[in-house]
Amino acid sequence: MINITKITKTFNPGTVNENTAIRNLSLTVQEGDFITIVGSNGAGKTTLLNLISGSILPSSGTMYILGNDVTRTPEYKRAAYIGRIFQDPTLGTSGKLSLEHNMNICSRKGFKGLKISLDAKKRQLFREELIALEMGLENRLKDNVGLLSGGQRQALTLLMTVLSRPELLLLDEHTAALDPRNAEIVLSLTQRFVDEGNLTSMMVTHNMKHAIEYGNRLLMMDRGDIILDVSGDEKKNLTVEKLVKKFHEIKQTEYTSDEALLTT
Amino acid sequence: MIEGILVDGLIFAVMALGVFITFRVLNFPDLTVDGSFATGAAVAAMSITNGLGIFPGMLLAFASGAAAGTITAVIHNRLKVPNLLAGILTMTMLYSINIRILGGRANIALLRVDTIISKVIQIGGSIPREWTLLIFMIIFTGIVKILLDVFFHTDMGITLGAMGDNEQMVVSQGVNPKAMKVIGVSLSNGLVALSGAMLAQYQGFADANLGVGIVVQGLAAVMLGEFLFRSNKIGMLTIQVIFGAILYKALMFFGRYYGYYINLTPSDLKLLTGVLVIVSLVVAKTRKNIGSRKRGIQ
Ligand SMILES: Nc1ncnc2c1ncn2[C@@H]1O[C@H](COP(=O)(O)OP(=O)(O)OP(=O)(O)O)[C@@H](O)[C@H]1O
Ligand SMILES: [Mg+2]
Repeated sequence: MINITKITKTFNPGTVNENTAIRNLSLTVQEGDFITIVGSNGAGKTTLLNLISGSILPSSGTMYILGNDVTRTPEYKRAAYIGRIFQDPTLGTSGKLSLEHNMNICSRKGFKGLKISLDAKKRQLFREELIALEMGLENRLKDNVGLLSGGQRQALTLLMTVLSRPELLLLDEHTAALDPRNAEIVLSLTQRFVDEGNLTSMMVTHNMKHAIEYGNRLLMMDRGDIILDVSGDEKKNLTVEKLVKKFHEIKQTEYTSDEALLTT
Repeated sequence: MIEGILVDGLIFAVMALGVFITFRVLNFPDLTVDGSFATGAAVAAMSITNGLGIFPGMLLAFASGAAAGTITAVIHNRLKVPNLLAGILTMTMLYSINIRILGGRANIALLRVDTIISKVIQIGGSIPREWTLLIFMIIFTGIVKILLDVFFHTDMGITLGAMGDNEQMVVSQGVNPKAMKVIGVSLSNGLVALSGAMLAQYQGFADANLGVGIVVQGLAAVMLGEFLFRSNKIGMLTIQVIFGAILYKALMFFGRYYGYYINLTPSDLKLLTGVLVIVSLVVAKTRKNIGSRKRGIQ
């Protein structure tokens, strides 16, 4: 599905602000994978998703998605098969437009022509789809999305993203701005949509519990690279304690090898 | 008098609708308008005096405005310069181009030629001139408004509506935001030029300086309209712009005719327009603050 080979991203190269956010990272994602990604602030998680979605281009390395070389493909073209949800609930929808207009934009990917496709039939379809969220939004098609709560808005974004039938779903701390109850609702919706559509997904989270509970594979990132990659049974048997211990083990070996380098 | 203000306002409203598209829908403050308004006037005037015909002339005026808008959007997209600068560049270049269109002159009179205005008055027969024109302008601006409303109900129009608010969302849906900007800015300037074409025929001449300061006037009209009522329906928003344009013209009329009591001269009207925009901004800001305080934000 995704083949990333030795990708590096350096921001502001050649200046005092030079900063390598992704360092020689390689990653292969299988179709149907649901990957959770953890790592401390600044580890490069968002940058990795930005590189995959194409909102930034790599300094070096190659990237293949669905067998195509997309290393230099602009974001809007990749968006044809990528669905993306951000931490900020306002980024996925337009608050100035009504619910039905938002849903209409997302009902089909790609360039929009001069057709008036929003009709009674489509509205009915939207209503039926909104029922799945169990938030009463099916009665608010004409309301501006700006009137919705953050949780409602994020749930709507999720629904719209899934309805546009992406092949790959990128979630960047998409429940971090929500209260615990709404976060649970949006997360279980995520799980349901991923299962129903058998979507390949990558989910960044700071919640270790969620990272372990969801998905079939877990990546831990640190300083621009993947330092831990667990899947299968090992992932199933993971606990927060084991994960934290592993993290320290890796960090420890790193420090000792650094020290070794310094002393020799 | 009242008919005169209404006709003035309705011609002006077509321009204000263009300003509404860039400033409000696209969130692309476009200053091309100051040049493209005169371009529309010049192209229509030259087409008519050279015998191309009234309707082809006005269509050509619309197209020339759209071309000017495309240039601004492309400068912004390709060279990654801020939209304000892109607009100023085009506007400046248009000043020279407008004089070239006018055949090296700064203005041209539309005397002794048929214009849309003289045709309409002919059709009106015994109805008083001003009333005929008023009915005609209501129909004309009404049609422009309805066409715009229909456009904003198409998939493309709805997507344009999201552009100014959330470009990321538009990109995420696989739409090229640069293409959307070209479409929006050119449509806007097409309307602006059409309004210029109409004004040239109404006042009987086209002038290279016709559009100086007009973008701020259009913005004033848009902002005045926004005070009238609140709505999220595009049909209501375009009505707001039209009412705002008429209101603006009425205010300017009173400024011109009764301003001398407070020592106001016609040359003070631009100052007045600027103050009007500033006051509108202050009022809008205070309203917003009160609104968010009520909702417990901030
Ligand atoms: N546009 C940018 N310009 C310059 N530096 C950037 C840019 N985006 C990210 N960085 C830097 O790249 C590094 C990785 O940032 P990134 O946002 O990917 O971290 P993250 O793992 O998502 O962290 P968080 O958990 O805080 O979201 C940071 O040092 C950050 O400052
Ligand atoms: Mg991040």
